[in-house]
Amino acid sequence: MVWRSIARNLKRGPLTIPAEPVSEPATQALAERLAASAHQRLGRSLAIRMVDAGSCNGCELEIHMLNSIVYDLERFGLHFVASPRHADVLLVTGPITRNMQDALRRTWAATPDPKFVVAVGDCAVDGGVFKGSYAIHGGVDSTVPVDLVIRGCPPTPAQLLEGLCVLLEANAD
Amino acid sequence: MAASDILRNAPTAPCNPWPRHVLTPAAWADLVAALQAEASLELLAMWADAQQVHTLFHDSRNGGFIPTSVQVDAGVYPALSPARPAAAWFERMIADLWGHRAEGGTDSRPWLDHGKWDQHAPLSPQATPSLTAPELPEFLPFEGEDLHQIPVGPVHAGIIEPGHFRFTAQGETVARLEIRLGYVHKGTLGLMRGKSPRIAARFAARLSGDSTVAHSIAFARAAEAASAAEAPPRAQHLRAVMAELERIANHLGDCGAIANDAAFPLLLARMTFHRERILQAASAAFGHRLMMDCVIPGGVAGDIATEGSPTILRALAAIEAELPELLRVYDDVSSLVDRMVGTGIVRHDLVAAFAPGGFVGRAAGRGFDLRQSPGYAPYDGVQVPVLATADVDGRFRIRASEISESIRLLQALLAQLPDGPISVALTLASGEGIGWAEGFRGDIWHWVRLEAGQISAVFLRDPSWLQWPLLQAAIYGNIVADFPLCNKSFNCSYSGVDL
Ligand code: SF4
Repeated sequence: MVWRSIARNLKRGPLTIPAEPVSEPATQALAERLAASAHQRLGRSLAIRMVDAGSCNGCELEIHMLNSIVYDLERFGLHFVASPRHADVLLVTGPITRNMQDALRRTWAATPDPKFVVAVGDCAVDGGVFKGSYAIHGGVDSTVPVDLVIRGCPPTPAQLLEGLCVLLEANAD
Repeated sequence: MAASDILRNAPTAPCNPWPRHVLTPAAWADLVAALQAEASLELLAMWADAQQVHTLFHDSRNGGFIPTSVQVDAGVYPALSPARPAAAWFERMIADLWGHRAEGGTDSRPWLDHGKWDQHAPLSPQATPSLTAPELPEFLPFEGEDLHQIPVGPVHAGIIEPGHFRFTAQGETVARLEIRLGYVHKGTLGLMRGKSPRIAARFAARLSGDSTVAHSIAFARAAEAASAAEAPPRAQHLRAVMAELERIANHLGDCGAIANDAAFPLLLARMTFHRERILQAASAAFGHRLMMDCVIPGGVAGDIATEGSPTILRALAAIEAELPELLRVYDDVSSLVDRMVGTGIVRHDLVAAFAPGGFVGRAAGRGFDLRQSPGYAPYDGVQVPVLATADVDGRFRIRASEISESIRLLQALLAQLPDGPISVALTLASGEGIGWAEGFRGDIWHWVRLEAGQISAVFLRDPSWLQWPLLQAAIYGNIVADFPLCNKSFNCSYSGVDL
């Protein structure tokens, strides 16, 4: 049964969607910012560590889809890693809850330099709908420096992919 | 006195659809004592407001639902946890948010309050600034030879929510797991107060993103019950369409991930492909992949797009065509079945004590589904699969059969969408209501109190409240390496219980 299933999938061909061209102005802007801040470039392969610092888990659902055969993140040289010590990029979701702030700060500190922080989702920008709660500290940049923001509630996998490809292109030598 | 007699003699407060029994602390203490002998009264939820602690009981003998409250006296009420172990987490949450102390409770350690907010008991009218951070709670002590601890989290290794898992293991075998949550506490209940149901619905939709539709339905129904309104039939149908799409999408994602945790990625690849198609169909039909904010109090935010129905049906047909083959693959791979069968068994006495809903209950013989009982429109004749194995394999199989049942329901719902309006305006009413919806995890309960159309008190009960504690028990005696498998087969919500 397994072999038959695999054979059928092979015959069907890939289901991965073609990559969208990366937005030039966005890449340019990020590349210039990186140059201005003398940020060391990381090349064409980035290891990503995802940190949920208070999300409703909606953002995680869509980030998960990047690993599916439809979006196939790894074809771009991007992959998720289990430890911040292996990561180039921290992908941070959620309004930063007071109860997670410390853990986020420590995860950031455990990530070797040079590193990038991508804030994912409207909550990560400034707390989103949760802004003003006694339990919320603020957006991601209230706790660690942010290099790139991907908006949406939650951002779609296509939007996530676009943002990450901008990061990749801006990092290319 | 029997528990049912104590309840019958108590005065009631108006609450739609079930009046709420209000007990004095003394009568409540009698009830707690009587409950020890009456296992059929299941605790479904427990929450509070400024003056009272509220519970929702389910009588499994006659299928009745009984909201019951106890007056809090000088910040104290008699604990329920000695009679209902599931009450322990609720009591800790109530103490942290409202400051009511459960006297004689089995566990009085802080829960959501990690000492990081700038106030104590933030939902109480007497919220006090917190000047000193409380000590981090101690983990439960353990005694024995060759035991060691493995601390995991709050930041976990995967793309997953944060929480702390403290394993105590003997060699490879888990002797105890203690879970500590509260990391993603966002103060949702506090943010909802003082808002109209329409505005507050955005918070209910974001309690747990994977159940955004189900929570939105439960909240809308609670707000409608409180203001004696009803969503029009077309809205109820469309809500059910969204809810079943959400159920299928989550079951597909999780079944694939369970197999992947047993190092068998083929099912993950195929099932997430179908999940993606369902999400795309949801986006085509309702304008949002997760259908967030598509259900509103009074109805639904927008009608289904013209291309919505055929797109959904095509995605369903593709699943129908491939699912049997994928399940045969599952059955055929002995290394996979070997990891699933007999792993993470939930003991039947614990199922009886905790009354978990959803596939956790159904895989352990508890066929409880809100679409059947108490039921709600437009559901009729929902088939609920039940197994008795209570292991990872059982939960996988229940979820797989729920996918097929949801496909059947969707095909029927889409074939007979009633015409008419898609929402009604809610009046600026005062009242109290309970709303419910069967999410993919199980029974969701929302309670809302309105004053002149504004929320004065609210509680949102995610199914995970009664499932997390069982995950702690299910891993007992299993090897540490099987934890991801067990965890995924439960897939409890962190955000849903962290509030
Ligand atoms: S941005 Fe939206 S989906 Fe993401 S965590 Fe916030 S509320 Fe959830």
